[in-house]
Amino acid sequence: MKRRLPWILLTVFLVLMITGLLLGEYKMVLEKAVTVCLDCIGIG
Amino acid sequence: MGILNRPRSKRAWYQAFGALAINAWLPNWVTGQIFQGNVKGTCVPVLNCYSCPSALGACPIGAMQTFFGGLRFNLSIAEKKFGLYVIGLLGTVGSVIGRMPCGWLCPFGFLQELMHKIPTPKLRVPRFFSSFRYVFLAVLVVALPLLIVDEMGFGQTWFCKWVCPAGTLEAGIPLVLLNEGLRSLVGFMYYWKVGLLVLFLGWMTVSRRPFCRAVCPLGAILGLFNKGSLFRMAVDDEKCTLCDKCRKDCPVDIKIYESANSPACVRCLKCVDSCKYGAISYEFLGKHEVAEDLRVGNPA
Repeated sequence: MKRRLPWILLTVFLVLMITGLLLGEYKMVLEKAVTVCLDCIGIG
Repeated sequence: MGILNRPRSKRAWYQAFGALAINAWLPNWVTGQIFQGNVKGTCVPVLNCYSCPSALGACPIGAMQTFFGGLRFNLSIAEKKFGLYVIGLLGTVGSVIGRMPCGWLCPFGFLQELMHKIPTPKLRVPRFFSSFRYVFLAVLVVALPLLIVDEMGFGQTWFCKWVCPAGTLEAGIPLVLLNEGLRSLVGFMYYWKVGLLVLFLGWMTVSRRPFCRAVCPLGAILGLFNKGSLFRMAVDDEKCTLCDKCRKDCPVDIKIYESANSPACVRCLKCVDSCKYGAISYEFLGKHEVAEDLRVGNPA
């Protein structure tokens, strides 16, 4: 059973990632990433 | 398997390559701009600020906070954006190799290892500090962005804003130095973050990878997969003499003989080479590897 766990986890998270991509989440990350994050640099 | 035999003796080169590859758009260090190509929506499985001028990818922790912070607003306008891409990507990486990116690719982890080489008196990080990274993850990355929102329904990126020293070092300092417009906006928050960075830099010189062990929310997430990933560490109790050599060489100061797949382990594989009894090994896709060829004074 234990050796199946990584494969189950991998399948579940791959499905989650693909679902997120299909929902257009890549674009949301891109929009955030291409603008200077003022919070990150201590100015926000 | 042997595929990691040669690389692991040159891990520092892989870490340097990782830092450079993730931050390869070097001309921006002169112009003070940030890279804006379409590939930047790709999250990298390490803590690397997307506002670093040369960063080619996105920070998963920053992206995750953005999703959680925007969740209530997105739900209010029936927009289905839950952060599944980031969670799925980290889970996919974790399911295969666990926390290995921390030990081989993370620029901030590499910096901590370099800083620790500075000859100063050394201090151990108390063991209970390792629980704090889960607190940072649960409170600053998940709970506060979700719970505290403005009138529009947007939460903040609390970890980036109040803590992340990688953002200050890789983005805050260079962007403020290179942009006059940003310099005029510097205030309390900036000095707070620079002060925190200085504290972490000092801590790195006396302790081994303290940020990874006590603070890093990304390490907390990937570490959860160490016990259930395809890549696994193993310790042969019959060969182990409890000499503690592995702990002395470990960049995160763990006793791997107590828990071979501890969530704190960054899987640098240094212990595999440290153990002259060949007690520590790793396994990937059913193939088992002991560092016999690199062992010093093989007693077998």
